[in-house]
Amino acid sequence: MLDASVRPLVEITGMCKWYGQFSALHDINMTVNEGEKVVVCGPSGSGKSTMIRCINQLEAHQKGTIMVDGIEVTPDMRNIAEIRREVGMVFQSFNLFPHMTILDNLILGPMRNRGVSKKDATDLAMHYLERVHIAQQAGKYPPQLSGGQQQRVAIARSLCMKPKLMLFDEPTSALDPEMIAGVLDVMIELAEEGMTMICVTHEMGFARKVADRVVFMDEGEIIEVAGPEEFFGNPQSDRAQLFLSQLLGH
Amino acid sequence: MHGRVTTATPRANRTREDTGFDAAAFGRTIWQVGQAVLVFAVLGFLIWRGAQSMDYSWQWYRVEPFFFREIDGEIIWGPLVRGLMETLRLAGIAGVIAILIGFVAAFARLSDSIAGRIVSKVYLEAIRNTPLLVQLFLFYFVLAPIFGIDRFWAGVLCLAFFEGSFAAEIIRGGITAVDKGQYEGADAIGLTAVDKYRFIIVPQSLPLILPPLTGLLISLIKHSAIVSVIAVSELTTAGLNLIADTFMAFEVWFLVAGIYLSVTITLSILVSMFEHSLNKGKR
Ligand SMILES: Nc1ncnc2c1ncn2[C@@H]1O[C@H](COP(=O)(O)OP(=O)(O)OP(=O)(O)O)[C@@H](O)[C@H]1O
Ligand SMILES: [Mg+2]
Repeated sequence: MLDASVRPLVEITGMCKWYGQFSALHDINMTVNEGEKVVVCGPSGSGKSTMIRCINQLEAHQKGTIMVDGIEVTPDMRNIAEIRREVGMVFQSFNLFPHMTILDNLILGPMRNRGVSKKDATDLAMHYLERVHIAQQAGKYPPQLSGGQQQRVAIARSLCMKPKLMLFDEPTSALDPEMIAGVLDVMIELAEEGMTMICVTHEMGFARKVADRVVFMDEGEIIEVAGPEEFFGNPQSDRAQLFLSQLLGH
Repeated sequence: MHGRVTTATPRANRTREDTGFDAAAFGRTIWQVGQAVLVFAVLGFLIWRGAQSMDYSWQWYRVEPFFFREIDGEIIWGPLVRGLMETLRLAGIAGVIAILIGFVAAFARLSDSIAGRIVSKVYLEAIRNTPLLVQLFLFYFVLAPIFGIDRFWAGVLCLAFFEGSFAAEIIRGGITAVDKGQYEGADAIGLTAVDKYRFIIVPQSLPLILPPLTGLLISLIKHSAIVSVIAVSELTTAGLNLIADTFMAFEVWFLVAGIYLSVTITLSILVSMFEHSLNKGKR
């Protein structure tokens, strides 16, 4: 445990979030060390998306602190730009820019936010497109690609920013079953290379393979944290047991 | 039918039968055209009869110099053509300014700035809820002397602010129609607010904004007639002056209306051709 090389990348302490009077997140405490992979699961509406969206301030929290790589996350614009340079995010609905080619989707962030030259950004983009096995499609537009291909492009787009942390919000749940494996393979490769990841997903196979910890949420709170084998094999809380039985039920 | 399996006929073999001449459809078309001709004939007859009972003497043979005269082999443009040029210049300048105002007002309205939201809201409501004619008088009799601008520019600015309020709503509508995910995608790669709109949001809302905006510019040509009340020398003013000189009110108003109509219809056709080619380019 006392390993000097272990450095916390994300530290969330006592974080709360309300939508109006509705408490979406309550007293969230979580630390993710560099290189760690955390899977977040829980029933619909439990606040999984909200929690990871607070980390890169797509949503503002009202109480508690979030530290990313030693920087405190606040609603201040300059601070947010700095955080977003370090944190990549992949969405359920891809959110690629449909009016730009795949290549232009990838080079925009590095060119505008990291000041990389067009040539270097293109080299970088092609490198990551190759890694997600989609380099031949660089000149196409997102709607011309299958869902699975679009999601792999979205992952590559995040990687082009050279992030220290990757957030995934149910990256496979909008995909046809035959597309899921391709995306998960890319994520597994990424995990094996040592990327720090926080993934909201209900893909148990993926969680078992890569997760260091599974975080179970319900009603805006973290209910249970355990290793994947422990969590899926022997969940402690009633709610987690109920959730898993429902997940396996269909 | 149970257990039956068929193979599909190749599409190429499924030729559509030629059903020959469709007499019923042809008859319907003829009847529609006939109706239109009948309506116009009746209208024309009523106007002609009305004018006759007033003892109006039509003098169509005198209208050519309203358009142009030829002196020593040189063409001199008449008042209607010069008026039309002025109308197009007026509407063109006002249109450009209106679009700029529209973008500024739309972004102010969508911004987090309370001052920006209040100013643009007040502007929209003020323009919407006062008569255009009163706005024109305000520009000409109050603002023009204060800022030292002439009648042409008073007219241009009044029209620009009037149409700008409609442009603002069109632009705002186009921008809010862009999917929320696009904002998040742009935010997630850390684009600044300006870059987000410049590269992601505005390009995607243009296909939604351009068609109604060109419609707005076409109607600007019609609305520009109102500046004749402050005697800006455009097409309607040219018509008024011609009537004062020649007393040919019926001919002149038909001509003026005809010119507006042919300009706006030509522009509409050009715009729809442009849109058509845009849509084609997309596929
Ligand atoms: N913009 C919003 N305004 C008001 N309430 C919201 C908003 N976004 C989310 N909520 C509420 O906050 C709660 C948590 O939502 P969240 O999207 O984080 O859940 P989730 O765990 O990701 O669920 P799912 O599995 O369906 O994606 C839900 O009850 C939701 O209705
Ligand atoms: Mg969610």
